[in-house]
Amino acid sequence: MAMTGVLRPGFIQIRVMDMEAAKEHYIKRIGLHQVMEGDDGRVYLKAADEFDHHSIVLRKADDAGCDLMAFKVLDEETLDGFKKRIEDYGIEVDEVRAGEQPGIGRRISFVITSGHRIELYSNCDQSDPKPGIFNSHIWSVEPHGMRARRFDHALFYGPDIDGVLDFFTKVLDFKLAEKVQMPDGLLGIWLTCGMKAHDIAFVKHPEPGKFHHVSFELENWNDVGRAADIITNFNISIDIGPTRHGITYGQTIYFFDPSGNRNEVFAGGYTYYPDLPTRAWDERDVGKAIFYYERQLNEAFLSVVT
Amino acid sequence: MSEQRFNIDVENINAEFCGSSTGYADERVLVSLERAQGFGKLKNLPKRLPVGCRRGGCGICRARILEGNYKRDPMSREYVTLEDEKEGLVLLCAIYPLSDLKVRLEPKCVKNVEANSQSLEI
Repeated sequence: MAMTGVLRPGFIQIRVMDMEAAKEHYIKRIGLHQVMEGDDGRVYLKAADEFDHHSIVLRKADDAGCDLMAFKVLDEETLDGFKKRIEDYGIEVDEVRAGEQPGIGRRISFVITSGHRIELYSNCDQSDPKPGIFNSHIWSVEPHGMRARRFDHALFYGPDIDGVLDFFTKVLDFKLAEKVQMPDGLLGIWLTCGMKAHDIAFVKHPEPGKFHHVSFELENWNDVGRAADIITNFNISIDIGPTRHGITYGQTIYFFDPSGNRNEVFAGGYTYYPDLPTRAWDERDVGKAIFYYERQLNEAFLSVVT
Repeated sequence: MSEQRFNIDVENINAEFCGSSTGYADERVLVSLERAQGFGKLKNLPKRLPVGCRRGGCGICRARILEGNYKRDPMSREYVTLEDEKEGLVLLCAIYPLSDLKVRLEPKCVKNVEANSQSLEI
């Protein structure tokens, strides 16, 4: 399969209220590495299994939440093509200069109808640690904390899920891998740009621009269990899990960073091919769809966001 | 699975209306009520504490301090503005007592929407 267009999630910028507590959480507990701190105080992090410059950006603010999520596209020509398609669709596109985030080239930036800022870029530097590519070991620095392998996806909450679905599928060429359909319309959509079960997801919510969680991939179910040990050992605020999602099949834990932003660590999940049908759930099994073992939503799932 | 749907109203022991669920013909009524509770559709039931992120970010546990002294961690300005702070509004997950306290739960402050009955129901 040739992958073109949007390749994968690149990075996400998260607002935190206490930078030192956030660094300890994302570096020591999640297991990320600090690439650098920018002149403006933003902190750039990555997982050791990622080649690119950074995947998590922490910005000190007086509230929690997510500033933006950016996807990497194939090349500059592809980026220009998306810019035209987005503008033709009727959404205003801002240009972000190369270097606004260190190591990242020119970006295009736009706000979708759910109130979330999404960006695309094609050029970026690599940074250490990163995987070896010649006669190499499994890792170059010893894994620590929850041993996160990559920033995998995010789930956002906001209005106009139907419009978001139309935009992502028609303009950015994403596929709808899975959806929850309620009697009064779409409740949630799980969108993929590659072969993962999801790269970004949205759930219907009256407030625009809200952030449900950022997710990190772990190697296996044993590492999910080890992450749960870490969550209790370091008194990290737990939401739910370890459990499994019916949607995507992912084995998961939801918990909160020191500013109240929800994190997920997960393992597994099915492989998506672009010819596969969309998998659907209705309200009878929405509990199993979200939390497969509990078979019902917890109170926080639909109401606790930053 | 049956596609036949019914509306199920539920009252509490004081005959106060609590809400409705959508039940399916081949589904136990209790199961549909559990789902309605999951969606926050049942009111006037014994309330659970509004617990969210427990780290000052999500605003669910917004409350007014009626009496007492406390120290505070950072809490989201989206849900506790400077004016709120002067009035004694806090997020209960982000304060620590320095004396006996009397607190009253407050609605979550919801921005950019007319009303959010689910969030206001605490």
